[in-house]
Amino acid sequence: MTSAPAARPGLLGGPVERDREARLAALLPPIAIGVVVLLVWEIGLSVLGVRQFLLPKPSVIAGAIADQWPVLQRGLAYTGFEALAGLAVGVSFGVLAAFATARWGVAREILMPVAIGASSIPIIAFAPITSAWFSSESPLSRIAIVTLMVFFPVMINTVRGLTNVDPAAIELMRSYAAGELTIVRKVRIPNAVPYFFTALRIAATLAVIGAVIGEYFGGPRYSLGIYITSEAYVFRYQNAWAAIVMACLLGIAFYLGAMLLERLAVPWQRSDRAAEP
Amino acid sequence: MTTTDATMDPPAVRISGVSKTFGSGPGAVAALEAVDLSILPGELVSLIGPSGCGKSTLLRIVGDLTSASAGEVLVNGKPSERARLDRDYGMVFQAPVLMDWRTVARNVELPLEVMGFGRAERTERSRRLLSLVELQDFGGKYPWQLSGGMQQRAAIARALAFDPKLLLMDEPFGALDEMTRERMNLELMKIWSQTATTIIFVTHSIPEAVFLSSRVVVMSPRPGRIARVIEIDLPQPRAFETRELPRYFELVTEVREALRGRDGDLPAGPDDAGPARLRVEGLG
Repeated sequence: MTSAPAARPGLLGGPVERDREARLAALLPPIAIGVVVLLVWEIGLSVLGVRQFLLPKPSVIAGAIADQWPVLQRGLAYTGFEALAGLAVGVSFGVLAAFATARWGVAREILMPVAIGASSIPIIAFAPITSAWFSSESPLSRIAIVTLMVFFPVMINTVRGLTNVDPAAIELMRSYAAGELTIVRKVRIPNAVPYFFTALRIAATLAVIGAVIGEYFGGPRYSLGIYITSEAYVFRYQNAWAAIVMACLLGIAFYLGAMLLERLAVPWQRSDRAAEP
Repeated sequence: MTTTDATMDPPAVRISGVSKTFGSGPGAVAALEAVDLSILPGELVSLIGPSGCGKSTLLRIVGDLTSASAGEVLVNGKPSERARLDRDYGMVFQAPVLMDWRTVARNVELPLEVMGFGRAERTERSRRLLSLVELQDFGGKYPWQLSGGMQQRAAIARALAFDPKLLLMDEPFGALDEMTRERMNLELMKIWSQTATTIIFVTHSIPEAVFLSSRVVVMSPRPGRIARVIEIDLPQPRAFETRELPRYFELVTEVREALRGRDGDLPAGPDDAGPARLRVEGLG
């Protein structure tokens, strides 16, 4: 799912060494571009004389990260926990709802249009409301928002995976006199796994966005969202930037985590599978 | 039409008065009308005809994947549903229908898992069948790592894994190129001679039908019915040279003429079935 099919090696695959080298080589261009962007940013700001509060230099942001690390660390842990908890709850409910929906045709006809409609709502708009439901100090407000944001994509994709099954595969199972439950276990669930992980990657990113933006409407002082808004409010932009970088890293970490799980759970779609012993 | 009821063996498949209508009212389409056919144990019978003649529908009725509107199918003396529940059928479709998430060996084991075979027996059987279809070195690969012909061989191994009494093949080589198809025909002959399975084989290809079959059942469309049954008296075992026998060419011509029909209103052969196929895809 993750990489282009064109990257698949031949039937016999290449030696492991060469494969690893190829993967490292593939990493080089994005790293080079990142370095160039940071350099242009750093030097460009000095040359153009842009003022610090508009856009601090990367070196200044790095300094702020080192300086504020104790607070940022707490914020990372707190916001990361909210995102993870919301993700776990939302994914669980999404999968449960998907099974129920896929199982009963009537439920599918009623719920799927609702779910697809709901998934296009900017759920983050409800953040001030959930803040009012729970105390703003409690993480439950953000967990609720993340749960809602994550639920719909997971449910919709999993339903698709459970129902978008090759009819011939079902006929094949019928010709073995397989029961409904066996068909679910041997065909529908494995078929849904790649769909689920596509949704999980989307959901992982959404979870961090939901947690950080949710905190803009309330949360402890050290949470990333509150820290960003309060530091910006008192013109300590380099500190706000430091927290933004933390939020970005959190998002990337969540995405990579989902991708790693996908690689473990969907070995049949790994492009480099053939080259491994 | 007559069947080979003259022999004393009980038929492996007896189709009597089978009709199938799709839809109802004025829009109803008669896909099959009063089809009678008996197939003896160990026979390889091909169903051939232009698209829309109901040959696939007939195969699906025999396999209890769809029901007949009228008439009866007995498989080894049992109704077709009983035969399906007794796991008498091995099915091979035009697409290999391999599960992406299973290795080739585990695909072959799928029916065995469903049927509750033990692990040791499953591994033993999948190894034996993969070497029968000459895929012994590919058991650990995933389906996408195999060519189309190899995937179809894996599908055949899977269909044979549980020793079904009857193999139903619905244009299994239809998606393969001509050279691969001829090689697969030879392999199927080898497998058939080694397993002595009864096979019903749906095809669009006249040469394939003549080369493989003990009898070719020529069907005509709208409504689907049996136009002729042609006995293929080519020597067994069929081999590469079979296709060069004068008798082979005579039989190919005979099937082609039977396909054209008395009124000359049928498509001339299997290879120009394209446009017709578009119109009546649902019945083919």
